[in-house]
Amino acid sequence: MTSATAARRPFAAIPWRAPLVAAFALVIAYFVILVGVLADPSQHLTFVGAIPQAQAQFINAVTIGAIYALIALGYTMVYGIIELINFAHGEIFMCGSFVSWWLLTTLGFSGAISDPLLLIGVLILAFAVSMLVMGIVGVVIERLAYRRLRNAPRLAPLITAIGVSFILQNIVFVAISNSIVTTPQIIPNTVLTFGPVTVGLINLFTIVLAVGLMVALHLFISRTRLGRAMRSTAIDREAAQLMGVDINTTIALTFFIGSALAGAAGVVQGLYFGITVFNIGFQAGLKAFTAAVLGGIGNTTGAALGGFVIGFLEVISSVWGQGRWSEAVVFGMLVLVLVFRPTGILGQQLGDRA
Amino acid sequence: MTAPTFDAARPTSDSAVVLRMTDVHSYYGNIHALQGISFEVRAGEIVTLLGANGAGKTTTLKTIHGLIHARKGRIEFEGRDITSMPAHEHVGVGIGQSPEGRRIFSRMTVLENLQMGAYTRRDTSTLHEDYRRVFELFPRLEERRDQSGGTLSGGEQQMLAIGRALMTRPKLLLLDEPSMGLSPILVEQIFAIIQDINRQGTTILLVEQNALMALGVADRGYVLQTGRIVRSGEASALLQDEEVRKAYLGG
Ligand SMILES: Nc1ncnc2c1ncn2[C@@H]1O[C@H](COP(=O)(O)OP(=O)(O)OP(=O)(O)O)[C@@H](O)[C@H]1O
Ligand SMILES: [Mg+2]
Repeated sequence: MTSATAARRPFAAIPWRAPLVAAFALVIAYFVILVGVLADPSQHLTFVGAIPQAQAQFINAVTIGAIYALIALGYTMVYGIIELINFAHGEIFMCGSFVSWWLLTTLGFSGAISDPLLLIGVLILAFAVSMLVMGIVGVVIERLAYRRLRNAPRLAPLITAIGVSFILQNIVFVAISNSIVTTPQIIPNTVLTFGPVTVGLINLFTIVLAVGLMVALHLFISRTRLGRAMRSTAIDREAAQLMGVDINTTIALTFFIGSALAGAAGVVQGLYFGITVFNIGFQAGLKAFTAAVLGGIGNTTGAALGGFVIGFLEVISSVWGQGRWSEAVVFGMLVLVLVFRPTGILGQQLGDRA
Repeated sequence: MTAPTFDAARPTSDSAVVLRMTDVHSYYGNIHALQGISFEVRAGEIVTLLGANGAGKTTTLKTIHGLIHARKGRIEFEGRDITSMPAHEHVGVGIGQSPEGRRIFSRMTVLENLQMGAYTRRDTSTLHEDYRRVFELFPRLEERRDQSGGTLSGGEQQMLAIGRALMTRPKLLLLDEPSMGLSPILVEQIFAIIQDINRQGTTILLVEQNALMALGVADRGYVLQTGRIVRSGEASALLQDEEVRKAYLGG
């Protein structure tokens, strides 16, 4: 099976091809953005004048992609282990943004924190709290809503997931706010310059954080004992039990990690966009789901990759069509992938090492 | 974990019994797959469980391991009631299994599969020794330790399944059709290895379609038919038994 897959995608067999293809894709993406900015009739930019804008949009795409990637990981991990498309996962992201909003406003912050030490401290606190709370919420949801349905027909937990998603939305709608909430953007609006490249501090922070979390997750899944327990449970639940793996704990752990990552994405949402709203999880969730499918649902590396692809698709289509087409492009992509390559770019594997 | 019951203090003549099944009934939904099975396995033995397709051999092993819970009856391991113990705790008391169809972790490497066998073990000092032992029994596995399980040949997968079960350091090893799909030479090899493992001190409950080979290595055997035990005895006696010969040995 594995050798057949490798034969179908010759890229996977040659390790140095992957980074090369990625670099090539990024260069193309950059030029597509650049041409889009140049072609914008409302701006009349010269080639040189368009470069800074194209650069900013490029970095914006990576940042948004990082957020989608963090959410997509939870979809793909849960699918990998219990074959459930957890439609409530987008709502975990949304709730994460509200946890961080609640924490920051309760602590009395409303804008940028200029003291770097305080900023770092508050950031660590915000991420730790949101990730922990959402991780626990994810575990509780699995315990209450999904566990009993583990051996039920697959439609049952799917519908339950949609129900859970409505419940979470409505809790926030009733308990917090029925409209857009402004979140404190505690990271100063600083721009860093590295030679010809300029990057916003918030962008750099988001990208480094997301990549760091993804690398940590990858190492956890591929190198640790519990990571092996997760992979073995995903492959064959009964055989895993024969090895002494407590599959309930392992599945709970998977929900915890996936939900914590969505919680982290929720914090980033607040910091980067400065707003959140009770129904933000629906579209973000759907796009992250598209990312997971694009990368090959069940495959963590694929989900991360898919997240960045969606980030670029969204930015490119908004640059070219002034935002009107970005949703259509992303969901058109989902349909195309499902029709022509349902196993995604990298195929269906939890903890793939490709 | 259950508290020790009065069974722990049974007479010493009984202490050699590793596994005792008493009137065990198992169901799949309302399919009555095991209809009152009683048998025992004593320390150091190879006991074989024979029977036609669908007789209930795999169901017996799954029930012992807690993957299916007996609805009636009692399963004791070393005198301790394990009838309702969760499946994942069986490794801890000393039961290892190489299941029907091998069920190796296809997208994990050979080494990772063996590591899964050692999943619950804390005794890192003896762990190394056990990897050595598995690699000595199955040198092929060592050559392929970084290859993913799914790319192994059927015979190699069987070796991995047995090796993985050995890594749990079982007192009782349950083997479900280890000869399935293997070439005659490999079947000979696997059976020789099963005897080796037994000589090194592991008690074995062997489920087989290949009755001749199984009775050749076993001390005793039981014959299952539609969820009931219909024959039992010394392996040599079963080999001579007319009924058994007709049904399972081709005359
Ligand atoms: N998951 C299941 N659901 C329903 N019935 C089952 C299930 N598994 C087994 N059975 C039934 O239980 C009975 C015993 O099956 P079992 O797998 O234990 O047979 P077996 O002796 O191992 O056969 P084989 O030699 O073919 O492996 C059979 O009638 C089978 O159809
Ligand atoms: Mg069977």
